[in-house]
Amino acid sequence: MNVAITINGDERSLDVRGHESLLNVLRNDLDLPGTKDACEQGECGSCTVIFDGESVCSCLVMAADADGSSVTTVEGLSSDGELHPVQEAMLAEGAVQCGFCTPGFVVAGSHLLETNPHPTEPEIREALSGNICRCTGYGSILRAFETVTGEES
Amino acid sequence: MTTRIAPGVRGGIGTSVLRPDGEPKVTGNFAYASDLSSEGMLWGATLRSPHAHARLLKIDIAPAVAIDGVRAVLTQDDVPGEPLFGQEEQDQPVFCDGVSRYWGEPVAVVAADDEETARRAAAAIVVEWEPLAPIVDPDQAAEEGSTFRDLSVRRGDETTEGSVVIEGFYETATQDQAPLGPEAGLAIPDGVGGLDLYVTSQWIHVDHRQIITCLAMEADQIRCHPAGIGGAFGSREDISLHIHVAMLSLATGRPVKMVYDRSESFVGHVKRHPSRMWYRHEADEEGNLVKVTARLILDGGAYAHTSRAVVANAAYFAVGPYNCDNVIVDASAVRTNNPPCGAMRGFGAVQTCFGSEMQMDRLADALDMDPLDLRRRNALAAGDPLATSGQIIDGSLPTLAVIDELEAMPLPDALIEDDPRLLPGGTGLTTPASSVVRGVGYAVNIKNLAFSEGFDDFSEARAVMTTVGVEIHTAAMEVGQGLVTVCQQIARTILGTDRVVVVWDDTSQIGSAGSTSASRQTQMTGGAVYAASAGLRDKILESFGGDELHEDGVYLHGEMVATIGQVCADGPVENQVQFRHPETFPPDENGLGDIHAGFVVSAHRAVVDVDPELGLVRVVQVDTVQDVGKALNPQAIVGQLEGGTLQGVGLAVMEQLVVDQGVIKNPTFTDYLIPTFVDAPAVGTRIIEEGDHFGPFGAKGIGESPTISSTPAVIAAIRAATGRDLTRVPVQPEDIVGI
Amino acid sequence: MDFFAAHDLDEALAAKADHPDAQILAGGTDLMVEINLAHHRPSRVLSLRRVGEIQELSDRRIGAGVTWARLERDGHRGLAQAARTVGSPQIRAAGTIGGNVATASPAGDGLPWIIAAEASIEVQSKERGTRTIPWNEFFVGVKRTSLAVDEVVTAVVVPEDVPPAQEFAKVGTRNAMVISTVSCVVIRGDDGFRVALGSVATTPMRATQAEEMINAESTISDSVLDEFARIVSAEVRPITDHRSTESYRRHASGVLARRLVERSLR
Repeated sequence: MNVAITINGDERSLDVRGHESLLNVLRNDLDLPGTKDACEQGECGSCTVIFDGESVCSCLVMAADADGSSVTTVEGLSSDGELHPVQEAMLAEGAVQCGFCTPGFVVAGSHLLETNPHPTEPEIREALSGNICRCTGYGSILRAFETVTGEES
Repeated sequence: MTTRIAPGVRGGIGTSVLRPDGEPKVTGNFAYASDLSSEGMLWGATLRSPHAHARLLKIDIAPAVAIDGVRAVLTQDDVPGEPLFGQEEQDQPVFCDGVSRYWGEPVAVVAADDEETARRAAAAIVVEWEPLAPIVDPDQAAEEGSTFRDLSVRRGDETTEGSVVIEGFYETATQDQAPLGPEAGLAIPDGVGGLDLYVTSQWIHVDHRQIITCLAMEADQIRCHPAGIGGAFGSREDISLHIHVAMLSLATGRPVKMVYDRSESFVGHVKRHPSRMWYRHEADEEGNLVKVTARLILDGGAYAHTSRAVVANAAYFAVGPYNCDNVIVDASAVRTNNPPCGAMRGFGAVQTCFGSEMQMDRLADALDMDPLDLRRRNALAAGDPLATSGQIIDGSLPTLAVIDELEAMPLPDALIEDDPRLLPGGTGLTTPASSVVRGVGYAVNIKNLAFSEGFDDFSEARAVMTTVGVEIHTAAMEVGQGLVTVCQQIARTILGTDRVVVVWDDTSQIGSAGSTSASRQTQMTGGAVYAASAGLRDKILESFGGDELHEDGVYLHGEMVATIGQVCADGPVENQVQFRHPETFPPDENGLGDIHAGFVVSAHRAVVDVDPELGLVRVVQVDTVQDVGKALNPQAIVGQLEGGTLQGVGLAVMEQLVVDQGVIKNPTFTDYLIPTFVDAPAVGTRIIEEGDHFGPFGAKGIGESPTISSTPAVIAAIRAATGRDLTRVPVQPEDIVGI
Repeated sequence: MDFFAAHDLDEALAAKADHPDAQILAGGTDLMVEINLAHHRPSRVLSLRRVGEIQELSDRRIGAGVTWARLERDGHRGLAQAARTVGSPQIRAAGTIGGNVATASPAGDGLPWIIAAEASIEVQSKERGTRTIPWNEFFVGVKRTSLAVDEVVTAVVVPEDVPPAQEFAKVGTRNAMVISTVSCVVIRGDDGFRVALGSVATTPMRATQAEEMINAESTISDSVLDEFARIVSAEVRPITDHRSTESYRRHASGVLARRLVERSLR
């Protein structure tokens, strides 16, 4: 079926196959592989996108049901080489190792800071508890967010 | 090789420079293997055995072939070359060869126009099985002699007895590496009968050797390329989909891509061996260890993989970083119908560190000694013999310094708030602060560095000076740890320019770098980059009679004698080397000898808050002190220490594959639990730099060490809080409650 | 696969009447997992995401389309505590209470509160209009309910007099983003304590024997609480599976129930 989705500000019209997720469409049809596929059951956060203003797992959004929605992916958070503050901070704090979780943290983290610009450490931890990182132990990610929000511990 | 550090260079060793792949990773532009595509590409999918042990009676691929869009269906009959593969021992068929030996063993692969069709077609293949009784009890396998390796160590006098004796039995569960990036590969035909293969791997040269053997092809017909890796931790040291995707591409003449989904990933790679360990520690009244006896059984599952090396590590580090002159270890890696096991961060040392450190705590109790004093009294140092092999420790081994520094680190504040995020049970609101007991525990570990037992361990690297900077060529796999940065830093430091790029070569362009495992790449490929760069510098200085190389040219007594343009007037200048670590030897008939190339120590202190009534734990803080030799990139070291520590914490309190009759019951992220941000403790880190080691500038490998003693430190802390002897990891709430 | 997105309730009920086999899609947090892991390939899907009538949230009526994120902020105390433990923040932004009710997993985090609050499930169909099914008649087995094939869950209807003293707790093997091994709700009212548990039987259950026992006591002493916890542990009917053991679930049921009674008295 045909759906119209606004992706990173551009309206896109495309055919989607039955059952398939928004994640699949982003990666395979829209050439936006920055959104990562790591579990397909909403348990790792690697595929996080902003969907009509909410931070959600794109693997759990049926593409057919996304008609008329507005989606922001990691590719939409930086422009013309200008990094989002979360991206800058994660780079600077060494919060990127294998990097597979990083787009999810960037998107979920940017959403956190929009809804709560000055989160405490427990708030950062809880708000990002849906994003699994297997490399860093989260310490450098925490430091990155504390840098952005000016709440360094 | 001289250590002359070029003056004034930016981004050299000792600095925390940004990683060159960082920006593509934060913007989503970094290409992982699962992101690759090619024009006209097909998708591959795998049919797997639903039985841990069964005879394959009949397979009918016709229903799959009949599906529109299916381009190839392949089984073991289609393997053109050697039917078996394996890194150390070739014992695993490319596809099920008549008997399924583990749950999830590949039976057939399909290539189709799209992923959904490929999966549907794989499911349409009809297989008739005759189920057989699986062997799933490792003790039974050991008794029946079904083993990959039995290793016995006999050192000192077996008749020696200590006055204080502690016996214990310990178990560790199957841990999965669970890297976030799934197994993925893309095979592209080259038009002349060969292939270019882009795969997730930790060692493309050893993959390449196995692939060409099974495909019956010449080495130059297949080129394995490093692809972007989303973590590894040992899971990519062995072949997964490599041969399958190559076969599908050759069969169809089309590019073929395969990506495992999470459930398939859980069956598609080898795991950390589950273990059963019986220990007997004997000490004198002063707390000197006089004899350690251990029986170790590691379940290797259905195929060999790296079990032979894993069980050796378990055996040789079974006593920990302590002196003991009389040691008896009998270690076996057994063959069963459980999931195949192989490499995971810590590689055998994790299991025995848990057992032996629990023993040390119980011994300290029996002696009425402080557990750290017991460890100090027995601490192994440079010049001492390793308790198991008897090998004299050459180079630094700061066991005492590590313990002292750790004890001096500040402890966290007492729990005061009722914020559920700081309590056991978290936002589940199970536990008021008043129900919490705090405990503190310590553990220390020792691990070998790089490959052992006489393996010809080397890494090849090429340094190339061009007019626009230096290229470092290597086939070493960057899996996220930051090798790319360290290679740049070493080359910058030696060659006097910050313009260094690392070029990942394929298997046809450069020799092996060895595996990204065994904590070895900073030492081995770093060593190769050091040697290649130093040789290149010396060659250039000699050619132009200079005494210093700078970014803009060659200098003599501070005056430029040649520009870089002049240096490269006849084209790029290059130098290629193979770097080897000190020679090692296989064990003698008593399991003794100079088996290892070098050693690293570290220690952890865990602080936990326990709800004893519900058996719930919050790991509050885990501090670690790490022997690093020389810190090349301080920020990357902290990243390894924090991340490795959390994987050990995961094994302590939650991570386990539940395997019942050979079947994995929890192959999803819903039920294979990895610590979240809320579960992750604060991790304090300190390093000890002594620098007496074969790595570049004296650097040691630190990839594995942080994972090893964090597990027993957490369990020791829970034991301190509850008074319960806990004997298995991950610890279950019911173990803490005692029901 | 046929896909239909209803824009209002009438459209949804008409579609469900025409196609009773249509699988309802709300937040997608259960259905898409089943689809992605290839367990389930529904031939028709009916999306309720755009149906405004089921998005309303008040003290008396919780629309089926209300997300956990909203309940975490604006729900009744015990339900808000439960909402905070559902999956991850991303799951809570998408998943709905209606999905939890219709899926009827024994581990459904919102369900113990519903049965402790003695709420009803409002369901609607084109043919029979609205049915309001009492809590004790809706959940009939593991992932089985008394919902008819042409019906849609539209709301959870909360009694007027649901007491404000409500406490929830959930045990899992991780401190966030975890499926419960035991969950418990205690509501304290003028008529005594109501105790509900999840993950310890084929459906969420009330600990009626323990309720009777404690509600017959005039003072809640330590010995009363000990006996109460013992009865809770005895009357739950848990199993051993890959997430926990029967004996631990029994034990934890009693401990949680006791702690929540104590918490509700503070």
